[in-house]
Amino acid sequence: MKYLHLIWAALFRRKARTFFTLISILAAFLLFGMLDATRAAFSSGGSVIGVDRLITTSRYSIIQSLPASLATRMQAVPGVKSVGHANWFGGIYQDPKNFVLSFAVSDNYLDIYQEIVLPPEQRKVYESTRTGAIVGEALAKRFGWKVGDKVPLQSTIFPQRNGDKTWPFDIVGIYTPAKGAANGTDQQFFFHHKYFEDANAFQNVGTTVGWYVVKLTSADQADRVAKAIDALSANSDHETKTQTEQAFNASFAKQLGDIGLIVSAIMGAVFFTLILLTGNTMAQAVRERTNELAVLKTIGFSSRSVLCMVLAEGVLLLVLGGVLGLALAGVLVPIVAKGSGGMLNLPPIGTQTWVLGIVLMLAIGALVGLLPAIRAMRLNIVDALAGR
Amino acid sequence: MKSAKKFGTGVLTLLVIAAFLAVWIALPWPGVVALAVVLALWMALTRRGRQTWEVTKVGLATVTQRLGSSSVVVVGIAGVVGVLVAMLAMSEGFAETLRSTGNEHTAIVLRGGSQAELNSILDRDSANVVIQAPGVKKDAKGRPIASGELVVVANLPRKGDPTSDSNVPIRGVSEDVWSLRDQVKIVEGRKFQPGLRELIVGKGAKAQFEGLDVGKSIRLAGQTWTVVGAFESKDALESELWGDTQSVASAYRRGSSVQSVTVLLDSPKAFDAFKASLVADPRLKVDVSTTREYFGKQSEGLTKVLRAVGITVGIIMAIGAVFGALNTMFAAIQARAREIATLRAIGFRGVPVVVSVMLETMLLALLGGIVGAGIVWIIFNGYTASTLGANFSQVVFRFHVSGELLWTGIKWALAIGFIGGLFPALRAARVPVTTALREL
Repeated sequence: MKYLHLIWAALFRRKARTFFTLISILAAFLLFGMLDATRAAFSSGGSVIGVDRLITTSRYSIIQSLPASLATRMQAVPGVKSVGHANWFGGIYQDPKNFVLSFAVSDNYLDIYQEIVLPPEQRKVYESTRTGAIVGEALAKRFGWKVGDKVPLQSTIFPQRNGDKTWPFDIVGIYTPAKGAANGTDQQFFFHHKYFEDANAFQNVGTTVGWYVVKLTSADQADRVAKAIDALSANSDHETKTQTEQAFNASFAKQLGDIGLIVSAIMGAVFFTLILLTGNTMAQAVRERTNELAVLKTIGFSSRSVLCMVLAEGVLLLVLGGVLGLALAGVLVPIVAKGSGGMLNLPPIGTQTWVLGIVLMLAIGALVGLLPAIRAMRLNIVDALAGR
Repeated sequence: MKSAKKFGTGVLTLLVIAAFLAVWIALPWPGVVALAVVLALWMALTRRGRQTWEVTKVGLATVTQRLGSSSVVVVGIAGVVGVLVAMLAMSEGFAETLRSTGNEHTAIVLRGGSQAELNSILDRDSANVVIQAPGVKKDAKGRPIASGELVVVANLPRKGDPTSDSNVPIRGVSEDVWSLRDQVKIVEGRKFQPGLRELIVGKGAKAQFEGLDVGKSIRLAGQTWTVVGAFESKDALESELWGDTQSVASAYRRGSSVQSVTVLLDSPKAFDAFKASLVADPRLKVDVSTTREYFGKQSEGLTKVLRAVGITVGIIMAIGAVFGALNTMFAAIQARAREIATLRAIGFRGVPVVVSVMLETMLLALLGGIVGAGIVWIIFNGYTASTLGANFSQVVFRFHVSGELLWTGIKWALAIGFIGGLFPALRAARVPVTTALREL
């Protein structure tokens, strides 16, 4: 620490060069922050709230529905606390571009998904309104919906019994997702399965459900219960596949394409370039300062402390640029998310990203400092002062 | 006074850069070639130009002595160009796959407001009305050429990951499909037989998903189906598995309804009449579009997102690369400060010095651009990937690194080189000769 001012002075010996390098590093870590947010947006994992939930879907296809009669048998499986169900509605609002993540859900759905926090009085109104719907905070903001609004949603799949594809809904509640809820929870639209069944032109929706949600009595039962539920329908024409909600979400995200792989490939290219660039700057800086380093050694600095000083210089450079870059990403990410109009749900830069970022800064800093530092350590005072 | 002048030149330089970028983005390749020719002629024919060439030669000759720092420019720019071209190639490949799936002489009819086949349903009567509509081409026997189709989605594991689930589209097609979609060629095995539980698989699907080799059996809707052939169509259909409409309908209990009807039109001009007659028909509530329009629309959203991401990432990386290049070139002119000062002392003017430094940077940038674009071309051209498409199922597509994209990459590289070279070049020309000679 007592050498900090020395390292600092060395770093800003040539202001322009350090400044340029800092901007390159800043750009790299800005990109790192934004891409990591994108990756996080597509991997809904990490949410601890849903660990005690299972999703039961058709084994053969996501579009096949399951018999409603299965619910009572699933309920009887030991370890199952409650069984809810939901159906995909495929709603759009006014324009096909305004896609709404809308679901017809069973009455106990809100008890199973406790991260959907609805004020008790709104919950009451919702329960007593046949065409009532509750919407996430962000979704309501996106379309300017308020409690009490009548909202028509068009289903891309289900017409009403009178042939009309537009379903009227009453917004009776606006919920906020609890802390730790999966990313995008505040973008959803829920309404009564009962309304969906009664008004639907497709008669069979009354006897089928899209998928089941199972709340477990304890999360460590997941495997056993999943197997038991799948055994209920084994060898029937509606075999099921039950998995934890996290596994279900992960497999869905994977289908969009390997976002993680693309992000890592880009980051690989960026950091490789960064190492080369900063390494070159460091090498230049040390070469220029050969004389000064020799003087330092002459007046008694050990080879070891010279090594440490040059290493620290690299690390300091990276940390300065990196922290600025990540901070800038922290500012920009919410703006980008807002600008995309709800299309891209970028979570804010989290602790995990910061930790990973700082580890990268330290590692790259040490890496780029290493060669020049070793060179500085091995410096022969006589040769260096003589300019050989 | 002095600082005001300095500020003025700074603003001027920024304006030059802005103007250059604006012109550069709009410039087509003949313009760039013309620019290069003009530059070459200037260097060959005028005195100033020849001086420039001499100075540049010295600069280039010393590049080998500065290999480390010069390679920073090359690699930095190669990185920018590589990432940019790869992202654009992905977006382009996806758009192209879907675009080429459709054409102007076939039309697709869906239930009104459905947007994708998966959501649509047409009962047998409606489907028949569509098939009999005017403008549909008739075969030799006078029967209209049309295919009533079903699209269902099956869960199949991705290759190399047996526990994963991917939504794979299965299309039930009628016999007319072979004349309707003449781009489809059987490349292995044979066609499926109507009435049997037989499937043919697209080449893309076969490559991406497990267990789709000819002769193998898969379980669909609780029944066993046999893969009897593989087909190639070089478009989005290759992501699909095809069977007979009736067999698929009975397996998935769809009765006699279909999800879409695709018809062959007499000619692209017949589309308007065909559409008008269906829209006017009180028995129907349908959406009619040419297949080109239908499939083209499906790629719009994702293509836009990929382009936006590619360009944003490209710009941020380019900023990093510009500053890398600045560092390198400032160091380069500093190393040559005495030499440049000497040149100016013996009568070389500013222009040759400026142009030679810029030329050197831009040559390095060009090399970087070629390396970056080349690597992406070698690795990614034709690379197969898949994502979720409009039918809630996987669309297999190939990255397409087109000549145009390579050109875009090289243009970016040169623009980065221009900006990265301009400031050091101006500095080199402006440092007072006496100061530079005294330095070191």
